[in-house]
Amino acid sequence: MAVAERGRSPALLPPVSERLGPLAWLKRNLFSTWYNSLLTILVGYLLYVVLVPFFEWAILNATFFGDSKEACDFDGACWALITSRLGQYLYGLYPVAERWRVNAAFLLLILAMVPLFLPRFRHRLLYACGLVFLYPPVAYLFFAGGVFGLPFVETAQWGGLFLTLVIAGVGITASLPIGVLLALGRRSEMPVIRALCVVFIEVIRGVPLVTILFMASVMLPLFLPPGVTIDKLLRALIGVALFASAYMAEVVRGGLQGIPKGQYEAAMALGLGYWQMMGYVVLPQALRMVIPGIVNTFIGLFKDTALVTIIGLYDLLGMSRFIIQDPKWLGLAAESYLFAGFGFWVFCFAMSRYSMYVEKVLSAGERR
Amino acid sequence: MASASHRPAPPRATAFWRDPRVRALFAQALVLGLVLLGAAYLVRNTLLNLERLGVSSGFGFLNTTAGFDISQTLIAYDRTYSYGRAFIVGLLNTFYVAAVGILLATVIGFVMGIARLSSNWLVAKVAAAYIEIVRNVPLLLQLIMWYVVVLGGLPAPRNSLALGESVFLNVRGLFIPRPQFEEGFGWVVAAFLASVVAVVVLARWARRRFEATGQPFPVFWTSLGVLFGLPALAFLLAGQPLSFEYPVLGRFRITGGMVMLPEFMAMVLGLSVYTGAFIAEIVRGGILAISKGQWEAAYALGLSRGQALRLIIVPQALRVIIPPQTSQYLNLTKNSSLGVAIGYPDFFNVAGTINNQTGQAVEVIAITMAVYLTLSLLISAFMNWYNARMALVER
Amino acid sequence: MRLLGTVVAATMAAATGLAAGSALAGPTFDAVREKGFVQCGVNSSGLPGFATVDDQGNWSGFDIDLCRAIAVAVFGDRNAVKFTPLTAKERFTALQSGEIDVLVRNTTWTLTRDTALGLDFLGVNYYDGQGFMVPKSLGVKSALELDGASVCVQTGTTTELNLADFFRANNMSYEPVVFETNDELLPAFQAGRCDVFTTDQSGLYATRTKFENPDDYVILPEVISKEPLGPVVRHGDNEWGDVVRWTLFAMIEAEEYGVTSENVDELRANSTNPTIRRLLGVEGEFGKNLGLPQDWAYQIIKQIGNYGEVFERNLGMNTPLKIARGLNDLWTRGGLQYSMPFR
Repeated sequence: MAVAERGRSPALLPPVSERLGPLAWLKRNLFSTWYNSLLTILVGYLLYVVLVPFFEWAILNATFFGDSKEACDFDGACWALITSRLGQYLYGLYPVAERWRVNAAFLLLILAMVPLFLPRFRHRLLYACGLVFLYPPVAYLFFAGGVFGLPFVETAQWGGLFLTLVIAGVGITASLPIGVLLALGRRSEMPVIRALCVVFIEVIRGVPLVTILFMASVMLPLFLPPGVTIDKLLRALIGVALFASAYMAEVVRGGLQGIPKGQYEAAMALGLGYWQMMGYVVLPQALRMVIPGIVNTFIGLFKDTALVTIIGLYDLLGMSRFIIQDPKWLGLAAESYLFAGFGFWVFCFAMSRYSMYVEKVLSAGERR
Repeated sequence: MASASHRPAPPRATAFWRDPRVRALFAQALVLGLVLLGAAYLVRNTLLNLERLGVSSGFGFLNTTAGFDISQTLIAYDRTYSYGRAFIVGLLNTFYVAAVGILLATVIGFVMGIARLSSNWLVAKVAAAYIEIVRNVPLLLQLIMWYVVVLGGLPAPRNSLALGESVFLNVRGLFIPRPQFEEGFGWVVAAFLASVVAVVVLARWARRRFEATGQPFPVFWTSLGVLFGLPALAFLLAGQPLSFEYPVLGRFRITGGMVMLPEFMAMVLGLSVYTGAFIAEIVRGGILAISKGQWEAAYALGLSRGQALRLIIVPQALRVIIPPQTSQYLNLTKNSSLGVAIGYPDFFNVAGTINNQTGQAVEVIAITMAVYLTLSLLISAFMNWYNARMALVER
Repeated sequence: MRLLGTVVAATMAAATGLAAGSALAGPTFDAVREKGFVQCGVNSSGLPGFATVDDQGNWSGFDIDLCRAIAVAVFGDRNAVKFTPLTAKERFTALQSGEIDVLVRNTTWTLTRDTALGLDFLGVNYYDGQGFMVPKSLGVKSALELDGASVCVQTGTTTELNLADFFRANNMSYEPVVFETNDELLPAFQAGRCDVFTTDQSGLYATRTKFENPDDYVILPEVISKEPLGPVVRHGDNEWGDVVRWTLFAMIEAEEYGVTSENVDELRANSTNPTIRRLLGVEGEFGKNLGLPQDWAYQIIKQIGNYGEVFERNLGMNTPLKIARGLNDLWTRGGLQYSMPFR
């Protein structure tokens, strides 16, 4: 296959505008050589064979509304499953009458985040830190209730996309600070602290997340004194957060290594202490440099939340598996999983686009 | 605190607790103490809990009879073997799926990575779509979907897709003939080993001649001929000492031959398609990282496009590609533990079963973590070694 | 440095003391009374008739009713119970660690579990045995015809072990296909990944109701094992164990003496039968001995029903499961259900 050879313009013609006619475009991009033409035809045929039936199944012959499988055509997708059970995909077994609380809490978060995007807002970092500490307890009150006349909703009833977002959100907010501390510890000059951090990071990164979740769900209770128990969801959250922070630590370490020594020396020459030096000089630069890496870790974390299905929590994936057990909807695995997959994809894709955007802005800043 | 040793020792007049070295020592002792304390507390709780409940502990259970069967065993195993043996069976299954997955993922990754850089618009877009879709959907979900596809797409045993009378494909797996080595096959193996030695010697000689005289020698084709020709000759001379045990369609299933379970197929497909997308991005990055000047310099030296790729571009690109590639291989191996969700008997799955049958949660988890940790360290050690070697060759 | 050592040692001692202090938690019964509800571990993969949860998160089933009966005995309130769905893998640790107070999750009573796992079994609420289900189209009439079959089985169960024993004892070969939960197993069975699905017979009946065409599957007559299923508590948890045990017995005794949720009020007022009077708390101090209210058994029967009622409601001939009483009939009718005397 030919590696891109753009910009190979015919030499003697007058400078043409960038716009090519459709035929010329086709000629240049699809049929430039005989093997390219062959390739185009081959790939085009394969796409035709795969995509056309899929399109017919998913759109043309699909049934979008209905109460049970009987409402659906045999040869099309049965999206009626999704539309009739959408509430469960989004909220799990959260009581229907209380679902507004989830919406309200997420709305609150969005509103609270607006100032961060105002160009003239000055104390962005301080505000963000405050949000990180203040929002989770507020959200917990909304979700769990039990106060102010809100009925208590057990975490066992949390589920669907809502639970996925809770786990990912907690993982993201917890892993960044812990990861930064671990990264600093790993580069510390104190051998004991360095060793502890290295061992922690390498052990966590060396084992699969399922073993950590499994340990959190099966072993953690044995670690605690008799009579003390931790909520199953909380155990999963601890597992996910620890796992993500080890990966985050390595990303942050990469940023720290990219800071020239002169920065440290300059900070020390100014008489700054360790935490001042890190907080005012090193970390702001280091974290900025690795924003794409951080977002990639977030994406990984978001996808990894699906693993809580294995320890019996009903996140988006667990819920889509739970719903197709209903005799009314038996045999609709494809629809259910495709929908769940689409749900995950939207969030991860958005994050990866954001990371690319930041990367572009950052590199533009450097070029200036 | 950590910056302490950068500073000159403070004058004697300051109190000792302001001495950065003392403070560093104290901080470390404090942290160590807290960590040890926490660990001691957890261990104590665990021991108390186990004692209170009367749960037996220790690794003695490894020698007792397992009593359960495993669907895919690469070594002899049935219910009468020990738990220890069951662990090993699971570990080998992990190796097996990881090895096949890594191979396939590398191929997919390289093809897709290069395809994404193709000047053919359609090819580039298809590759980009593949990467963007696969990378942004959880692997667990993909595995489950592959399993649904594999199970749903394959026919029942009685309607097997058959290739002649020897290869069958159905919902129970892919059945192929099992080679039976007869007396005299040792000659073929010996011939193969001899040809490997011959190829190595030939390559060295050709290289030395090339460096001395500048005359290239078609090492690749000669080697290929030797590698296949010599064993084939031995095979014929020894009287074709190889036969096959063919799979036979029985009442419920196909007996005999070798089988590739649908769980295994779904695992390999899922793992390699997922990891392949990441490798594709790494490969693309690696190729883009080589500056255009390298190509131009190679052409200026009169190298052909293939030679330029092989001698100039790829060695340099590999240097960029290998380190992230390592972690992808590592991820794939660790991700094979998701086999538990679709019934593939990998190490984690078997460990879970053993935990459940024995109730020795602490011991089983300890073994599981130790094994994965060792595996990770071994793979990264190997790749570090390989990486170092690549870097040296280059200079 | 010596100062440092002293500080560390002191902190360590303090923390150890803390640990020792919290290790002395009270027995389960007190803890249950204090928190005001019973935490009951139940089947997470949804076993129709035994434990299922509907769209709204409401639990129902045979095992669920036993959990509710325990709640009624302690609090007089059938809703003073919370359910923790557990997989086969999680169930014992959940109990060992105190996450749940009692496990009612179709769990087989075996020697190993009763001893080495630190558990106490309190009785049998369902006598079961392992069976096989096959698609009708396979034309199999007996489990002895299954040589060479591939068998779907759930991991971490006694089923998995019995299966291996059965095929070995009969000199037959098979291919095990092992899954973590029923949610994974059922689609595979229906897709034809395996010929046979094996689990406790009750589970087979329950599972079959989930199928699109239940009549396309048959359950083979052979029962290859004894599977006494019953409630479990932690080892050494005797007072609490008594409550659970006698809750079950009260339901069985009530059926034997013809006390139902319909006639319990009338019998309490008018019955002259001394056993019924003792059972319903009119005579004797049995509630006090158990640490329960005097009318505990009356409340169970009034709110939940006797054993037979619960069985018929969840599993009997008028349910999709259509399970006959069989071994679970009263001993007086040739079954095995037998309550120790209330006296």
